[in-house]
Order: sequence, then structure tokens, then C-alpha cells
Amino acid sequence: METGSPETAGETRGDGHGEGHDEPVWTGLPRDLLRMRRLLLVVWLVPLTLAAGLLPGLLAGPAWAAFALLPLGLLLWGWPMLGRNWASWRYAERADDLLISRGVLWREETIVPYGRMQLVEVTSGPVARHFGLASVQLHTAAAATDARIPGLEPAEAERLRDRLTELGQARSAGL
Amino acid sequence: MTTPGTETDVPTENGKQPVVEQRLHPVTPLRRAWAPIAVLIGWAVHDPNQAQRQLTRLTTTTLLLGLAVCLIGGALYGFLTWWFTHFAVTDSELRIRTGLLFRRTAHIRLERIQAVDITQPLLARVAGVAKLKLDVVGTDKKDELAYLGEGHARALRAELLARAAGFAPETAHEVGEAPVRQLLHIPARVLAVSLVLTGATWGSLAAALVVPPVLWFATHSLWTVLATGVPLLGAAGASSVGRFISEYDWTVGESPDGLRIDHGLLDRTHETVPPGRVQTVRIVEPLLWRRRGWVRVELDVAGSSNSVLVPVAPREMAEAVIGRVLPGVTVPASLSRPPRRAGWCLPFWWRGYGIAVTDSVFVSRHGLLRRSLALVPHAKVQSVRVEQGPWARFKGLADVHVDTGANKTVTAGLRDAQEAAELLRGQAERSRTGRRDARPDRWMA
Repeated sequence: METGSPETAGETRGDGHGEGHDEPVWTGLPRDLLRMRRLLLVVWLVPLTLAAGLLPGLLAGPAWAAFALLPLGLLLWGWPMLGRNWASWRYAERADDLLISRGVLWREETIVPYGRMQLVEVTSGPVARHFGLASVQLHTAAAATDARIPGLEPAEAERLRDRLTELGQARSAGL
Repeated sequence: MTTPGTETDVPTENGKQPVVEQRLHPVTPLRRAWAPIAVLIGWAVHDPNQAQRQLTRLTTTTLLLGLAVCLIGGALYGFLTWWFTHFAVTDSELRIRTGLLFRRTAHIRLERIQAVDITQPLLARVAGVAKLKLDVVGTDKKDELAYLGEGHARALRAELLARAAGFAPETAHEVGEAPVRQLLHIPARVLAVSLVLTGATWGSLAAALVVPPVLWFATHSLWTVLATGVPLLGAAGASSVGRFISEYDWTVGESPDGLRIDHGLLDRTHETVPPGRVQTVRIVEPLLWRRRGWVRVELDVAGSSNSVLVPVAPREMAEAVIGRVLPGVTVPASLSRPPRRAGWCLPFWWRGYGIAVTDSVFVSRHGLLRRSLALVPHAKVQSVRVEQGPWARFKGLADVHVDTGANKTVTAGLRDAQEAAELLRGQAERSRTGRRDARPDRWMA
């Protein structure tokens, strides 16, 4: 359950000063994010399954209720997929850069040096707030930089934001 | 604010040193004088019958009256925009105040200037005025001072660059234009031959000759033929004659305040890129130029739309210029190719791929027929990414993307997965350390 607790990650981070090839300490995303995504999946697909099953089933005949299999299949397929996707996300703060790794089939790993950070953005929508989650996005001068951590506990998100801005100032390099 | 063109002294808030506010050149109001006439002509062309009927209905008096109203209105508008446009150079910024109803004040920080261009359209050349354009990152609307007297524009550019370079404000006036050392000049003949050898010209010309007749046989409608033929001919003209006119007399020079690029047959353009602003340099080698050993060099500067550094030059000369643009950079002769199994991901074209990493730049090539070699200084790398799709992972391959500040991404395609991971770590490290010996924003300070 406690995959992404900030305490475990907070202690061991960024010891190797100057050495870029120290093994990064990876942190996963909080379990709440997976719970939120699965809940959203259920909330959308269960009524859809019922509607797709009941409406044609009652109006056109029982055989047409097979339409319900489509959203049901999506639900059954999406449940483990969300889990795999959630498990694939991880990030690591090193002494001088931030690493983000994600993706199951299409894997992507991004490294952003702190000095290149132009802006750190913390956002959370109503649903995410209910689950106590916030996402952190980093912007550099390159729009292609895709450094986003989709769900963090607000305290961790704020800590990360403060740390990133602090490190960004210390190592500021701009363009 | 008395007579046009005078300078007014406005004391700064702390009363340290007066900021000298200036106005643009008095011909400026005329720059949009043609706009109402163009609108009228456009309307007449758009609907000729209607226009003729309207014209015959009008008497001479109403015509004159309308013309007078248009003229006076246009003149008033031009005059007012000119009257309410001021600019001033302070220690650290250029301020431009514009607007009659909606006031706008732009403060442009001088050390953040990415490029300064002086452009002179043909009519402006006749009138002896020039447009000064400043490129700053992050603004869509470019701030420009149009128009200034020709000499004034040059002096202002020199002053802006001197202040941006970090000269003391008192001496910035006297520094004057930095001396220029010419690096490269492209003869008109070479330019003409290179354009003849460009595939795009022939492609659009061939399309312009083939497509309209085919359409004529298919539809027998003059309008479809015209609607396709004219743009195609226009494209052919733009990529040959248009490029010749704009790239004529191309001169690249070097001065302490940056790289100078002057070009143009009718419209003259003088671009200046201060040191350390270049994010990416690309060497493009079209198929038909290869026998002659010619290349085209393009560069990316954040916030600037100008991209050509050298339209055509022999490879050695182009590499010498690149050595001046990115100090201490030599273009690597041999690149490492992707492993042979990359052919399973991208048949044939994988052969065009190749990368090299030197002390100062990351180099990546792609393209089989039209080779394009991109060089990114390590200091300019904003982020590094490795991407791997399912098929590439099955083959043990991955793509490495290097993002630069000019919103350009340089990709090293189809590397061995292990190598890509090392490249990712190594490049992040190099981009961090590469920044240490980069020059400061105020390069003379």
C-alpha cells in the first residue's frame, strides 16, 4: 500500500554530489492515484454497461443485450491496465536532475536538469483533491519537455515544488 | 513634445538619470497609407461587376469627398499612432510605449535579447528608413521599431548590443558599431546554380505544368485550373526566384557583438545574433548538391524566426563558419550508425541515421537522400528523453530525444537500448557541466 510515502524517499535522496551516475532512488506514485483512476473507470463504465445492456435488450430483444459486453470488456481490460500503468510511473530526484520514467508498452524516460527549470506547476482538480492528490508539472524553455508527475500527495507535491524551485534557483542557467 | 522627432527628457522615478524618450522617423505614418487603397482594390477585384456599377453611380463630387475622407482618416490614424509611440533605452531595458486608447508599454530586457534585425523593404530603402526588430523568447508578437532613420537604426542597434554586452551606459553611446570581419560571401552564380539544383523548385514546377492540364481534361472548368495552377506556379516562383532575391548577396560576418548576416536584393536584411544564442545548428545536404560538396546551414535561435545561416557553401567553408558560431566545435567526420537490426524497424532509412558525441556538442544525422546533420551544444540541452515502443523493445532499440530551447527536438533514432540508456545519463550529465564554461548573458561583462 505505502508505495510512494514521502518519508522513505526524502531521506536517501541526492547524496552523491556532483556524481551523475549514482543509482537513482526511485519513488512510485501513491496508491490513491490508482484507486482514483479505477473508481473513475467504474463510475463511467458500469452505468454504460447497464445502459448498453438494458436499453437494446428491452427495446429490441434479449439478443441485443450483447452490446453490454463491449463496455464490460473495456472495464475488465482497463482494470489491470490501469494497475500496470500506475506501477510503471516513477520518479527520482538526483543531486542535479529529476528523472521521470513511465509507460508499459511505450516506455519513456525523461531527465530534466534542475538548472533548466523555468516554472513548476502544481495542479489538482476536484476529484483529485477529494482523494488528496495533486500533480506536478515542470516547464523548461523547450515545450517538448514532458516532465509531469500526475498524482502526488499534496504535501509531497509541495515539498517537491519547493525543492525544485530552490534547486532551480541555485543552479539556474536559463536558455 | 513639441516638434516631431525631438527628444524629450523624462526624469526616472528615482531621479538618477534622465531617460531619453525618442520618437520614430516622421515617414512612419505613411507606412500604412496604402492600406485603404488596397482594401478598395481588393473589393473591386473580388466583385468586378458590382464595383463597376457602384462606380458609375457615383458622381465626381461624392468620389472626391469619399477619397478625401479616406485620406484624412488614414492620415490622422497614422499620425496619431506615430505621435503616441515612444521608445527609450535605459540601463538594462528598451521601453516601447504605444497606443492611443489602449496603452501598452513593453519593457525588453537587453541581456535577454536573442537577435536584433534591421530590415529595409524596398520602399523603405528609397525613403532611407529601416525597421528594427528585436527577438525575445516567449512573445508571439515581435516588438519592432518601424521606422527609424537608416543611420539612427544602426546606431541604436550598436547601442542596444553594447548595453546588452555589459558596457557601462555612459560609454555605450560612444562604443559605436563593432567592427565586422567577413567570414563568408556567397557569389550570385553559386546561389543561382544551387537553386537550380534544388528538387523542390523542379517538383513544384513540374506539378504546375502537369496538374492544370489534367484538371482541364477532367473538369473543363477554367476556375479549378486557375485555382490550382496559380498557387503551384507561385510556389515554384517562391522557391526559386523568391529565394534568389532574398538570399542574394549573402554575407556572414563576425563581430564582438555577435554574428552578422546581411542579405537581400530588393529588401535588405541585416540580422545580428549575439554570442551564445544559437541553440541548434543543422547542416542540410540535398542529394543534387552532394556531387559539388555544397551544404546549407540552418540555425535555431530561441524566439527568432530567422533560420538560415548559410544558404549554400562548400562544406569546408560552412564548417569554418560553424566553428565561429559555436566556438570550439568541429563537425565530427564519422558518426556511429545504429545497429544492423534497426533495419527491422525502419528499412533503408536507418542507414541515414547516425550520432556522435563530442566534448561540446551532441550530433545526430538523419535522412538518406537529403541528409540533415543537427548539432546541439551540451550547454543548450533543456531535457533528455528516451522513448521505446513495443516493437523497438523487441528488437532492443530505443530513440533518444534531446530538447533544446528553440522548441526543436533533435532525435537520435534507433540506438541500441543499452547505449540509449547510457546516452541518456551521459547527456544529462554533459548538459549540466557544459553550462559551466558557457559564456554569461552579458558577454563583455
